[in-house]
Amino acid sequence: MASQKAKKQVSNLPHMTQASQEEKRQQLAYKELVQKRKPRPRYLRNVLVAFVVGGAIAVLGQLVLGFFVSRGLDLDAASAPTLAVMILVGVVATGLGIYDELGEFAGAGAAVPITGFANTIVAAAMDFKREGWVLGMGAKMFIIAGPVIVYATLAGVAVAFIKFITSP
Amino acid sequence: MAAKRLGKSTVKFTNPPIIVGTGTIVGPIEGKGPLASDFDVVLPDHAYGERTPERSETKILEQAAKIAIERAKIDKSMVDYYMAGDLLNQVISASYSARQLSIPYFGLYGACSTCAMSLALAGMVIDGGFADYVLVACSSHYQTAERQYRYPIELNIQRKTTSQYTVTGAGAALLASSGIGPKVTWATTGKVVDLGSKDVNDMGGAMAPAAADTLLTHFADTGRGPGDYDLILTGDLASFGSEMLKELVTDNGVELGDNYRDCGLMLFDTKSQRVGAGGSGCACSAVVTFGHVLKEMEKGTYRNVLLIATGALMSPLSCQQGESIPCIAHAVVIEA
Repeated sequence: MASQKAKKQVSNLPHMTQASQEEKRQQLAYKELVQKRKPRPRYLRNVLVAFVVGGAIAVLGQLVLGFFVSRGLDLDAASAPTLAVMILVGVVATGLGIYDELGEFAGAGAAVPITGFANTIVAAAMDFKREGWVLGMGAKMFIIAGPVIVYATLAGVAVAFIKFITSP
Repeated sequence: MAAKRLGKSTVKFTNPPIIVGTGTIVGPIEGKGPLASDFDVVLPDHAYGERTPERSETKILEQAAKIAIERAKIDKSMVDYYMAGDLLNQVISASYSARQLSIPYFGLYGACSTCAMSLALAGMVIDGGFADYVLVACSSHYQTAERQYRYPIELNIQRKTTSQYTVTGAGAALLASSGIGPKVTWATTGKVVDLGSKDVNDMGGAMAPAAADTLLTHFADTGRGPGDYDLILTGDLASFGSEMLKELVTDNGVELGDNYRDCGLMLFDTKSQRVGAGGSGCACSAVVTFGHVLKEMEKGTYRNVLLIATGALMSPLSCQQGESIPCIAHAVVIEA
């Protein structure tokens, strides 16, 4: 009895693999079709807008830096308050509901500058505040920015290590 | 074999349930769309006076349900079952709205297919003689869906070409064993179809094979074809998904013509409103069907409509773990 059952299972096997092969083939065919038909992003437009908007934010930063330098700080000392001002700009724009619109419009142009980094933290903080100050905002404020901080720190360590072993 | 069953997965109601009342509420963006005048309430903003978007979603679902009961001119106590669903974890919007309504309640989860799913189930319950009045409802909310499935609301993110916009709104319909109104006559239950798509920014493309499967099954079971319907309506495939659906069914010898439309594309002016490829969410098919299509049926524009509501049954967790997106589509026929 048992051997017959086993026989039956074995004779079923090729059929089953055929079915799963057919499934695989279908999946691949559909994947290809989707890849072929999916509308492409407007790369040229996106790159240009990102360049202009990102550049404009950088120019704003430069003006702020120039202001601090003109008030008597040297270049190194002026960069810290400049970052603080730019972060504040990002924070306020996020709070006013402007920065996500800018992100939709400009993509990386809004995401890459430090204003974008400020946006990731404030946006998460605003969202999760509803779940409380501790388990909500406190715990989840860095849900987007957290990985950036972790891997930027790791990358910094790695680069420093490479420099350490290669420098004479 | 069950007497009311046809083919593989279709049922034909012998005492078809009648839609005796509907209630639809949409959010501010939908309220600027081409169908705005068809809805009972248009919200001034997403919050709707509530502390959290989740509370706001519960409020509109409950309100839509109450409007549907009011329209039918019956008392709440006469409603035998409340079947409702939404997109949130543990279907909280539906359950919290049920807490206020205090009607015997079934919570449903079919992602964006909930509208057709609830109509099919309510049809079976009424035709089976288990109820005289069944209230079906579903809701979705842009902000709650963003929070659960994607990113914080104010995060700077550029939409992909295939990204969709979750509809803020709620739709409810009261089905009755007798009365005057459009009838739900057939229902085809979909099976889960997964062609291995993992792109969470392309729900339409992932769900199109499920819609194609249900559509072809429906035609095979009933012996009908696309020409037999004045309107074939998919829930939320949006622009890319509907293209893929057309292509998939054409490969199987079914041609979808001008009578084919998608709720996610009807609800918005996709050119001027920034909604990506179109609308999505439980409310998408619910408000378009209960708000717009039923009104048009009353006017006589359509006599029989095939609604195929599609749903993507993944969770953010399963996607992060690298699983593909299981999809489903349920079809119901509504006849004037």
